[in-house]
Amino acid sequence: MQLPRFHRLRSAYYRLEGQLCSVCGAVQFPPRTSCAACRAGGLERHRLSGRGSVFSYSEAAQAPEGFAPPYLMALVKLEEGPVIAAQLTDVEPEEIEIGMAVEMVTRRIREMSPQGYLVYGYKFRPRIELEAEG
Amino acid sequence: MRDVFIIGVGQTPVGEHWDLGLRELGAVAIGQALADAGVEGVDALYVGNMLSGCVNGQENLATLLADAAGLLPAEAFKVEAACASGGAAVRAAALAVAAGVHDVVLAVGIEKMTDGVASTVAAGLATAADQDYEASHGFSFVALSALMMRRYLYEHGCSREEFAPFAVNAHKNGVGNDHAMFREPISAGDFNRSPVVASPIAVLDAAPVCDGAAAVVVCCRDRIGPLHEPVRIAAAAAATDTIALGSREDILTLGSAKRSAERCFAASGLAPGQMDLFEAHDAFTIITALSLEACGFAGRGEALRLAREGCISADGCIPLSTAGGLKARGHPVGASGTYQIVEASLQLRGRAGANQLAKARRALTQSIGGHGSIAVTHILEA
Repeated sequence: MQLPRFHRLRSAYYRLEGQLCSVCGAVQFPPRTSCAACRAGGLERHRLSGRGSVFSYSEAAQAPEGFAPPYLMALVKLEEGPVIAAQLTDVEPEEIEIGMAVEMVTRRIREMSPQGYLVYGYKFRPRIELEAEG
Repeated sequence: MRDVFIIGVGQTPVGEHWDLGLRELGAVAIGQALADAGVEGVDALYVGNMLSGCVNGQENLATLLADAAGLLPAEAFKVEAACASGGAAVRAAALAVAAGVHDVVLAVGIEKMTDGVASTVAAGLATAADQDYEASHGFSFVALSALMMRRYLYEHGCSREEFAPFAVNAHKNGVGNDHAMFREPISAGDFNRSPVVASPIAVLDAAPVCDGAAAVVVCCRDRIGPLHEPVRIAAAAAATDTIALGSREDILTLGSAKRSAERCFAASGLAPGQMDLFEAHDAFTIITALSLEACGFAGRGEALRLAREGCISADGCIPLSTAGGLKARGHPVGASGTYQIVEASLQLRGRAGANQLAKARRALTQSIGGHGSIAVTHILEA
């Protein structure tokens, strides 16, 4: 991935930052220049919760340059509504099922880039429920 | 708008052409199409191609091919629409003729994939997806289709094995096409035992990486000569959908395929039941199923019934991939859409050889790119 591209995407990659439409209230990810639902332009930055569920998944046995198979990929339906493509981590392929609760973590998302830096971003792992301290 | 007719077709065999580069493949297909049309030159050349920049290091491809094929100084440029590029190039050629700008135009779809190693080709194919939010996370062309297939199995309660008839049918038809890459039949057992590429997609769900070029000459009515066997473009349409798979309202509806097919049926006054064959974009068995549903041959989730009941074979109600399709003829990505139109034209002219259908008056062809983000659909009529 080219360095300027990575720089441009850092808030989405590191913080899962999407947008909230100030006109219709829709939440969207990835960010766009206008609301996909109502086409209005008044969009506010909106950090997504990172909680969602597996909508579909696949294990790759072959991969494009920069990726080392096998690895797990999914469409994750976020609690706020958007469905995003992300790798799964900290899980075995046979444990995955559609509907499984997952949460965002920050991980290295590919091997070293051709320009020699590491690309970090969001992946999803099975959700860990922490009990509230009494 | 003027009516547009296909008066010449050409195609190279599809396969691994280690001794032929872009210029040779293109010149062969173009030369055959010109000879079939009985013309020496054209007003314009439109080239459908996806990967010449990132796999072959060659842009300005249309100029290269115009030069190689002796068509200078004709207008020439490349049309890129991912795996739908070959259909888009024919669409561009037909638009130029329909608009009255040009009278005789050649469209060639071409791809030379074996110049790159597998990981380079995979990275190139992944550029059809959203680079920022899909490809950069390791989502390949096959992986995105695998996500659709997994969801299809889940929502419709079916198994991968039920997709076998699509691959078996394609290979059966490939046997009779001497331009096909794979000319050996496969069994449902072969399909079921095939090794996984991106679960649940296995090798025999998928079309192969290969090289090839196919070309058509289109013209207006008053340029049809006495020796031509013209095929009319009864309708054509292209449509788009979100580039990111997850952004679609329903990932199991190919919106671009559906809308472009609906426009073709509305413009021609024809219905799916009046098509004698369907050259579908069978890059993966799941895409075949979704295409049948998008074009109205089956309802949502019902395409496997057509496969199970034999409707897709040469003597069925909607013969599919009659020259082997992307699966067995091969899928030189930016060329496949043009191959479909060449093969459908040969069926309508009664020149499909061993694979000739008993009745072939109208054909539907559909070229899809970016796992359904772009589709180009044509209805051809003898």
